[in-house]
Amino acid sequence: MEHHAVDFTLQHLIALLPLLVTSLTAVVVMLAIAAKRNHTVTFILSVVGLNLALLSLIPALEVAPLEVTPLLLIDKFACYYMALVLAASLACITLIHAYLGGESGKGYPGNREELYLLVLLSAAGGLVLVSAQHLAGLFIGLELLSVPTYGMIAYAFFNKRSLEAGIKYMVLSAAGSAFLLFGMALLYAESGNLAFADIGVSLARESSQLVQIGIGMMLIGLAFKLSLVPFHLWTPDVYEGAPAPVAAFLATASKVAVFAVLLRLYQISPAMSGGWLNELLTLIAIASILVGNLLALLQNNLKRLLGYSSIAHFGYLLVALIASKGLAVEAVGVYLATYVLTSLGAFGVITLMSTPYSGRDADALYEYRGLFWRRPYLTAVLTVMMLSLAGIPLTAGFIGKFYVIAAGVEAQLWWLLGAMVLGSAIGVFYYLRVMVTLFMREPNLHRHDAPFDWGQRAGGIMLLVVALLAFFLGVYPQPLLELVQQAGLVALAQ
Amino acid sequence: MILPWLILIPFIGGLLCWQGERFGHVLPRWIALITMGLLFGLSLWLWVSGDFTLAPAPGGEPRWAHEFVIDWIPRLGITIHLAMDGLSVLMVVLTGLLGVLSVLCSWNEIQNRVGFFHLNLMWILGGVVGVFLAVDLFLFFFFWEMMLVPMYFLIALWGHSGSDGRTRITAATKFFIFTQVSGLIMLVSILALVFVHFNQTGVLTFNYADLLKTELAPATEYLLMLGFFVAFAVKFPVVPVHSWLPDAHAQAPTAGSVDLAGILLKTAAYGLLRFALPLFPNASAEFAPIAQWLGVFAILYGALLSFAQTDIKRLVAYSSVSHMGFVLIAIYSGSQIALQGAVVQMVAHGLSAAALFILCGQLYERVHTRDLRQMGGIWARMPWLPAISLFFAAAALGLPGTGNFVGEFLILLGSFPSAPWVVVLAATGLVLGSVYALAMIHRAYFGPVQQDAPLPGLKPRELAMVLGLGVLLILLGVYPQPVLDTSAASMHGVQQWMAGALDQLASGR
Repeated sequence: MEHHAVDFTLQHLIALLPLLVTSLTAVVVMLAIAAKRNHTVTFILSVVGLNLALLSLIPALEVAPLEVTPLLLIDKFACYYMALVLAASLACITLIHAYLGGESGKGYPGNREELYLLVLLSAAGGLVLVSAQHLAGLFIGLELLSVPTYGMIAYAFFNKRSLEAGIKYMVLSAAGSAFLLFGMALLYAESGNLAFADIGVSLARESSQLVQIGIGMMLIGLAFKLSLVPFHLWTPDVYEGAPAPVAAFLATASKVAVFAVLLRLYQISPAMSGGWLNELLTLIAIASILVGNLLALLQNNLKRLLGYSSIAHFGYLLVALIASKGLAVEAVGVYLATYVLTSLGAFGVITLMSTPYSGRDADALYEYRGLFWRRPYLTAVLTVMMLSLAGIPLTAGFIGKFYVIAAGVEAQLWWLLGAMVLGSAIGVFYYLRVMVTLFMREPNLHRHDAPFDWGQRAGGIMLLVVALLAFFLGVYPQPLLELVQQAGLVALAQ
Repeated sequence: MILPWLILIPFIGGLLCWQGERFGHVLPRWIALITMGLLFGLSLWLWVSGDFTLAPAPGGEPRWAHEFVIDWIPRLGITIHLAMDGLSVLMVVLTGLLGVLSVLCSWNEIQNRVGFFHLNLMWILGGVVGVFLAVDLFLFFFFWEMMLVPMYFLIALWGHSGSDGRTRITAATKFFIFTQVSGLIMLVSILALVFVHFNQTGVLTFNYADLLKTELAPATEYLLMLGFFVAFAVKFPVVPVHSWLPDAHAQAPTAGSVDLAGILLKTAAYGLLRFALPLFPNASAEFAPIAQWLGVFAILYGALLSFAQTDIKRLVAYSSVSHMGFVLIAIYSGSQIALQGAVVQMVAHGLSAAALFILCGQLYERVHTRDLRQMGGIWARMPWLPAISLFFAAAALGLPGTGNFVGEFLILLGSFPSAPWVVVLAATGLVLGSVYALAMIHRAYFGPVQQDAPLPGLKPRELAMVLGLGVLLILLGVYPQPVLDTSAASMHGVQQWMAGALDQLASGR
């Protein structure tokens, strides 16, 4: 591949702009913290930086598709997922600001500013990941995405659970990375290439057992990050232990980025799914859907419940990944967008309920009993999110589920669809349980609720916007569908 | 332009009710009443003014009395396509009427969260009207699923706790899961149909008229038909999948029961007539004997179980299972007379079941139990209500002079030539019907008096509701011609689809 010679023009810089701006913001925030600690300033700097990064997607789109070094390819697909990652990070930062508390003594007792820095670094990793077209790019992106999250999860380190979750995630994530690296090495040994497209080409010629084992190991590594069964064991504990806004970040930005790169890998080198690998993936999907939903049934902790439900949701997404033809790429795009929206909403409510920080998060289901009578609009937000997760019409989640089922039907994956129908049925049960809890009679005890003026703060406004968007996209999804249609990978196939 | 308003009015009215609660408990009730009155009036006007000789029929484009199309999701070829023919107008009128009644019957019953209650009530009715009008399969499914959520809330939040440890939340969840799962199976079928059509023509569309032209291989057609049938069978309810119904009814507030029995069950019959039969005529013809025997089983099983109940609302709920069995037989008979009978039976059952549930609600407000073992001798303790109950029980057993008689008679008459044994067994259901209906009256109102204290009589509002329903039921029984005329063209279309397929099946053997 001779054209990889380094000739860096302005075009390349423009294409890289979102990543550059995000990284620059991280540096600026770091310097600002070094100069003088100030929570508000750090928050404003991060928000401005991420907004600029979002805006810089517009010029980047002008030059797309453009290959920037052999590692990265900035195309519309990458831009779409960059936007998702950036928007999710922005939302998480807003939630973090609410969560850590105001300037006065109430709130998080330790240093607050570094959390923003970690989110920014992780977001930069996400941006690299979604535009990676090379296994090296994939690995760099993935590590840059994951390593800061260790710190984020354990950020409330004087809380035992948070610390425990951080260590657990670190160990398992490192194990996942090791699998991934080993798989890459095997793949390289056989094909002599690391670029997605070249791997695809050489695998199309011959696909040995060694290659399939290599791909299988990579799959295990990525499945760890996506918490697919049977590599899901960390999920509920980490979701429970992590501070609520960090859990939101894990559920959205982090998973979206990993899934996007997985999708690109599968689309560019279809040989990835050759042989028994397709059956393996089908098995993982069915297991994720059923195990995730069944275990969610038993939870009395909202964060754990969302953790298990996210396992199931990524099982649904695998259906579209396996379908891989026709509507599949679009289905993933739509589903991820709706899933991000819904998860942000759900974790957002938990965050505001736990705001400002006071030890444990408000995540036990009983703390939400009768919330409707105390905070009707916050309840409405959570209700919409639960309905959206369950995939009921009038919410964005329905459109996502509809798309995935359509992709499955188009590819005639009847077993997977059967699992999905069954999973949805189980899912409805626990989402409804949460919902009805919100409307029950008020108990006498309640530990703490969101502040009364939650709706007038940044976090609250963001949450209301998310809820309205979830409703709007459920009723009129056409704008999102058009966007996703244009962000398809199809144009990129050489 | 008037069709979307039929759907929008309840939705907007519901939101107004919700916000109206700020100004006290009375305002939401009046807003809801006005909303439903508007819906009822509008649908009546459409009935009077429409030309219902226009209806979809095999061959050629479907023709409609009223139609409305607007783009919705062009990416997938989805439109907001509403249309009305004789069948749908009757169902919408029934919805409007029962909507008014369900607001009226909750006037005293619901005392907390009044605004939110009416929001849910209005949204159920809006969803149901959407189901009756949608002729885009995506839109149909959208409304089909959407009406579940408010119904769930209605049962879960305002329901009664069950007699033997069954909680209202369990009942509501059961209802939701049954319908949700079957709905998803239907969604898979819809999508498969759409993709078959897409592969044949290259056009991605959910439009009813286009999908009618899809050529299907026999095996595919049968599978897709089953996917639709499962969804409709659960709502119908056909016996193996009926178990949500008695629980939901027993636990629901009166308004919820009225809506469930009166119109939600009818959406299933409507779905079969509008979608399952025309889209898959050959498979439906092949499936017809099975469906009819399921109907017979539902009639007998429903009647027997109804007799065995001690909870008066469960008793009426099982009687619904039995009555809807007749409709199922008629739908798959392929005879114009039986199909017309099915329409009359749907309307009549809507009226009589609603009335019985309203009466159960009124009784419950007075004696505070639904357990028949704790009633008895009420005839002596209060005027009006027992006598009216007797009238509706007689209607439920198919007494001549009531709409139920006309419906059941036409169904049995029309189905006899093609399926004599089915009809013979189904007719025994009429005997069992009198057994449970009279047993209910006997156990509740006659027999030894449990307490002597007289019970408060019916208020004018309560009396007007049930007497009005009684008058309508008698009108339908004595002069059913307007209803028959309205649905004639629609039923003729369905009959042609079915008869053509049945002939083909017969000649193939």
